[in-house]
Amino acid sequence: MLAESISEIGLGHFLVLSMILFITGMLGVLLRKNILTVLMSIELMLNAINLSFVAYARSLNQLDGQIIVFFIMTIAAAEAGVGLALVVAVFKRFKEVNIRFFEHLKG
Amino acid sequence: MTNEYFIAIMLLSPLVGFLINGIFGRGRWGGYTSGAIATFFALTSFASAAYLVFGLTELADGPRIISATFFDWITVDELKIPARFVVDPISAIMVLVVTGVGTLIHLFSIGYMHEDRGVTKYFSYLNFFLFNMLVLVTGDSLPIMFVGWEGVGLASYLLIGFWFNDEEKATAGMKAFITNRIGDAAFIIGMFILFFHFGTLEFEKINSLVPVGPTLSWLSPLTLGTLLLFIGATGKSAQIPLYVWLPDAMAGPTPVSALIHAATMVTAGVYMIVRLSFLFAAAPYTLMVIAIIGALTVVLAATIGLAQWDIKKVLAYSTVSQLGYMFLACGVGAFGAALFHLMTHAFFKALMFLGSGSVIHGMHHEQDMRRMGGLKKYLPITYFTFLAGWLAIIGMPPFAGFFSKDEILWQSFSSSNGHWIFWAIGVLGATLTSFYMTRLMALTFWGQERFDKKHHHPHESPYSMLIPLIALAVLSIVGGWLGIPHVISEVLPAHPANVLEHWLEGSLVHPIAATAVDGGHADHAALEWGLMGLSVGLALLSAVTAYVFYIVKPEIPKLLVQKLGQAYELVFNKYYVDEIYQRYILNPLVKASEDLWLYVDVRIIDKLTYVLTDMSIGTGKMSKAMQTGNIQTYALYIVMGVAIILTIFFGV
Repeated sequence: MLAESISEIGLGHFLVLSMILFITGMLGVLLRKNILTVLMSIELMLNAINLSFVAYARSLNQLDGQIIVFFIMTIAAAEAGVGLALVVAVFKRFKEVNIRFFEHLKG
Repeated sequence: MTNEYFIAIMLLSPLVGFLINGIFGRGRWGGYTSGAIATFFALTSFASAAYLVFGLTELADGPRIISATFFDWITVDELKIPARFVVDPISAIMVLVVTGVGTLIHLFSIGYMHEDRGVTKYFSYLNFFLFNMLVLVTGDSLPIMFVGWEGVGLASYLLIGFWFNDEEKATAGMKAFITNRIGDAAFIIGMFILFFHFGTLEFEKINSLVPVGPTLSWLSPLTLGTLLLFIGATGKSAQIPLYVWLPDAMAGPTPVSALIHAATMVTAGVYMIVRLSFLFAAAPYTLMVIAIIGALTVVLAATIGLAQWDIKKVLAYSTVSQLGYMFLACGVGAFGAALFHLMTHAFFKALMFLGSGSVIHGMHHEQDMRRMGGLKKYLPITYFTFLAGWLAIIGMPPFAGFFSKDEILWQSFSSSNGHWIFWAIGVLGATLTSFYMTRLMALTFWGQERFDKKHHHPHESPYSMLIPLIALAVLSIVGGWLGIPHVISEVLPAHPANVLEHWLEGSLVHPIAATAVDGGHADHAALEWGLMGLSVGLALLSAVTAYVFYIVKPEIPKLLVQKLGQAYELVFNKYYVDEIYQRYILNPLVKASEDLWLYVDVRIIDKLTYVLTDMSIGTGKMSKAMQTGNIQTYALYIVMGVAIILTIFFGV
């Protein structure tokens, strides 16, 4: 029963999950006020993409997708490092993590 | 090769002097230092010019020419203008006059200007003028001549307005500059027309392309081009209708008036026509216009000269009138006579201007002849040199002016382009000239002393001023002997040849080959003697009349002025030409400019730009709303952009 249902899970399911994760992350980036949450949402989007890459790699039986995932993971780590450092610096300076506070580029 | 070096030295040494005085001298050197430097470089230039002209005489007969091409100045498609300078028989006379008289006037200026605050500036301008004048006379194509033409105009402007703290003098400078601009515009257009027609602007090449027969059409490029060049000449050489600047140019220092506004620069127009004689000779209609304008100017300027009180103004109008003679000579095709009179006039007019400078210097800057008189006893050397100039200009034999003026009168009578009316006008002009010059002599040097003896102590000028006067006086006497007409040389012992005519042979074009002079018939000789005698007699009579009027019976002119009333007023106010120009040309121009400003500029052009700026400001305000500063909004824009692109490419 379980094996059957697992065998029924195909590429489409993974892609739908990936899309749900990506949209969740995107909405987090667009709507959340806390900078930390925004950063985490970005991670979520990157990982959603990772998921679709490995799904395709498995489905098409090619290694390329898996390799790209490694790259994305390193870049995501670097991005998280820089982003968190910026957040810490900004917080030290302004005592504030609400993204609405930083609107100095207003036209 | 050496000739090239000498041409370079002749041209460049005044430029070097200009740079040295202009860059290093300011505020540091006194009048004697900077004057000595400037005079040295002028003298160097004169020495090289003399060497070159001497070399020219050594060359065999035929096309005598010394030239130097330094570099290619302009090379654009068809238009090729090398920086080529020539010394040929025509320009030889000019370089000698320009550098020779120029050097003398530099020397004179040391005495006249050494106390002035801006004396280094003055001498650097003077050298600058000399450089440009040499470019003008030696340049071998119209554009190079034009460079010099503009350069001397600039020097003239700078020197007229030399005492620019005086608003009147600064304005006089601007008037000269702007009036010249009008002529220069015509000059340029004439140059364009000639280029379109001939495809070249070099003198020699144009010469080989000029059609053989005379061009009898007003609208042919030849007639139009030469007419426009002549308008340029009326500006530079102060002829009707552009002569008005020259009398005002007397605001400049007197040596400047002598050098630029009497001897050299103002003759540039005449020189240009003589230089291009091959071109003008082929355009008889232009020649006719030139002769008429010249003749009118002779009489107009001479009559104005009758009633002026300022010594320099009299000389200025006299210059305009004498330039009229030169144009009259050009107009009747006697280019050689024009050049001859140009040369003698340079001598005696420079002499008289410098003499008047000496008088003004001796009288502590008094220029009004009503407050002079009896100066011959205070300024004896100035007086005697001035006497030579006076006799030369009224045309007494054997002074220089006699030969050149007589040549012009005879040619205007006998040449095939001439007419007895031109001769009559010329004689009338000579008679008037004789009158006003004698009046000047009488008011300045003879008669009673009318100045205030308590304040004025007239004194003779220093030697640096007297030496040029003496040199020019000698030239005013012997200068005319270069061109003794055949009828006179026949009766003289040793039969002196007409050196000038021989010298210019082959360089000048005669509109019609056989002029009456060449014929030398007995009846012509008799006629020539008769006309000569008549004009000299009339001049003498007129001089005597002036002497009687202003010395023997000074009440006559006053009576005459009362009797003539309005006619005198008309002449005294220079025929109201300045006022007419002001009213009918300048004021409408100013009004038109004002209207253009108020209606076209403010209401149309400015308005248009305001509408445009309003539009861009509006657009800016609209797009400003997009820039919220909120990062999440920007992220949303990115998302929307991606969505739009995806929709377009995949049609989802």
